[in-house]
Amino acid sequence: MKEIKDINQYFIKQFDEFEESLNGEKTSELHQLRKNAINYFEKLNFPTLKDEEWRYTDITSLLNHNFSSDYNKTKVSPKVISKFLFDKLEHSLLVFVNGSYSAELSKLIDIPKGVRVESIAEALKNNNSIVKKHLGSYAKNENFFFTTLSSAFIKDGAFVYVPDGIVVEDPIHIIFYTKAKDKKVLTQPRNLFVAGKNSQVTIIEHYVSDDEQVYFTNAVTEIVADEGAVVDHTKLQEESSKAFHIARMEVDQERSSNFASHLISLGAEISRNDFNARFNDEGGECMLNGLFMINNEQLFDAHTMIDHAKPYCNSYEHYKGILQDKARGVFNGKVMVRQDAQKTNAFQENNTILLSDEAIMNTKPQLEIFADDVKCSHGATIGKLNDEAKFYLKSRGIGEESATAILIHAFASDVITSIKIPALRDYLEEIITKRFNQ
Amino acid sequence: MLLEIKNLHARIAGNEILKGINLKVNAGEVHAIMGPNGSGKSTLASVLAGREEFEVTQGEIIYNDKNLLELSPEDRAREGVFLAFQYPVEIPGVSNTNLLKTAVNEIRKYRGEQELDAMEFLTLLREKSKLVELDQKFLSRSVNEGFSGGEKKRNEIFQMAVLNPTLAVLDETDSGLDIDALRIVANGVNKLKRKDNATIVVTHYQRLLNYIVPDFVHVLYQGKIAKSGGKELALELEEKGYDWIKNGKAEVVNA
Ligand SMILES: Nc1ncnc2c1ncn2[C@@H]1O[C@H](COP(=O)(O)OP(=O)(O)O)[C@@H](O)[C@H]1O
Ligand SMILES: [Mg+2]
Repeated sequence: MKEIKDINQYFIKQFDEFEESLNGEKTSELHQLRKNAINYFEKLNFPTLKDEEWRYTDITSLLNHNFSSDYNKTKVSPKVISKFLFDKLEHSLLVFVNGSYSAELSKLIDIPKGVRVESIAEALKNNNSIVKKHLGSYAKNENFFFTTLSSAFIKDGAFVYVPDGIVVEDPIHIIFYTKAKDKKVLTQPRNLFVAGKNSQVTIIEHYVSDDEQVYFTNAVTEIVADEGAVVDHTKLQEESSKAFHIARMEVDQERSSNFASHLISLGAEISRNDFNARFNDEGGECMLNGLFMINNEQLFDAHTMIDHAKPYCNSYEHYKGILQDKARGVFNGKVMVRQDAQKTNAFQENNTILLSDEAIMNTKPQLEIFADDVKCSHGATIGKLNDEAKFYLKSRGIGEESATAILIHAFASDVITSIKIPALRDYLEEIITKRFNQ
Repeated sequence: MLLEIKNLHARIAGNEILKGINLKVNAGEVHAIMGPNGSGKSTLASVLAGREEFEVTQGEIIYNDKNLLELSPEDRAREGVFLAFQYPVEIPGVSNTNLLKTAVNEIRKYRGEQELDAMEFLTLLREKSKLVELDQKFLSRSVNEGFSGGEKKRNEIFQMAVLNPTLAVLDETDSGLDIDALRIVANGVNKLKRKDNATIVVTHYQRLLNYIVPDFVHVLYQGKIAKSGGKELALELEEKGYDWIKNGKAEVVNA
């Protein structure tokens, strides 16, 4: 167990090793960004319950482990990865193993000209101007302990760029596979997705592992939806139940862009998802759907913030949780409607089902409205499965387990049906079935 | 004998609702249970179906030589007991098809029968939905969600047709139905009648009994069967109202 005060030094020391592993890359602009981050990191405090944004989320157990990056290219067979593919889906596939891109496991299908789907390490090596322009521009370090840590160690991740007017029909599936062997691995994927004007793209960010190891994923994803762009994003987290998963997603929305996010999470020992979207111009649409299913003593936390900075934008947010055993859930959904943002429509809802008396949910919707001509609503429910519905099912001959599973599928169904890819929907139904219907 | 209820007492939230019910039902019979609101008709139906909120404090229920009270609600259904609810619940997100498919196959598994494949199941649904003139489009809709009162009742009878019970309890399936819907529902029930099954029709009005002709009529009043008779008892009730029973009851007490 490290003391809280030692954690910064612990990673600063790792930074030296990291620099060594970089060899020739140390003189680049990018490396300056890393160095600024590690200098800033030194002054930041590890988040504790005393921080408003971490009030219900105690992550001190992270200090019990000595996590470090895996710089050896760990190899896994395609068979291992194939478990996490969606049946009958034509798609581009990017695979990362312990944080590093694996060209052998990835598969790029025909994509329209000018579209980039690659590892960000590759894009950085080629001095990609889009990456230079956007990387770190939205997920700023300021007061974000883990983002700053990520910035200091930027090395690899997924990069997708869709030029103006291009429609990418087939989804892009990005798998982050972690295999912690004797070492407690830290991976820090750093993703950047940029959709040009009137372009369209569908991206699936998929965090997986196939054993119950302790490791730490610290992911940062920046998404830019330029004017009129349509971006559909799914994040699917099915990691080791002993893993730590801390993630931040920043979405920058320009005029009349349409962004949809679906977060499906089976949790981790601790998983924390910060999600921030900002309307920079009029006419934007933002949909945030979430479904988390956690058990044992897992802790899941979603902190979302939708910033209505401009008028005529619509946001729709719906998070649903299913908690078993002694699991704990936190939902903190902030909607900010700035003075300028007249004619805003903002809807937010959080529903939680507690399947045990010992599960706990903390939910806090926060509407901050500074404009006067807006439509906003929020609501939260926390309850058990409907006993009457369950009795009805049983009275038809359906047993306890199936009845529970049916009602859980039903509870999750609107989040699942909001996902447009049938193959992904099937995959998710399967996950729910595996979880609740043995 | 298919069903024998002996001296059944049941309570909920500390109130005794059923105060010594006795009832015998043979295969092939139709029994009507009538009685004013609040007399305990739905409570009796719920106890038969196994609703846990109701606590049985005395008495027993023998069904097909088994102690029914020892069976879970799902096992009762698997043994052939069916309740058409007075107020069927809406279950958003669960389609009628999904409910019935799971139910049929769990029942078949319990009985050691092969599960139905997708084709066989669809054929069954199609055939039975005709019986209650239920539009096919209802099958893919969520259970009872947004259904009118009449549609909910028809859906109950549709489920009954698919599950093919040995003992069906219909709790005010007629209430709120217009005359056409009433005819459809009654017709469905009559067609499902066999020599080896029985139906208990709980109703508030005599009306339904013009379509489903009972062998026996029982009047439930204040948690007890106050009077039993043939189908003419229903007509008598229609004529004289329940006050007659209530008063008669008072006379018995005074005597
Ligand atoms: N869930 C319940 N909690 C408390 N009392 C109930 C409940 N259900 C029924 N009762 C009471 O039991 C009595 C009988 O109700 P019920 O069986 O529904 O009558 P009926 O179906 O004959 O109209 C009524 O007085 C009613 O208030
Ligand atoms: Mg009733």
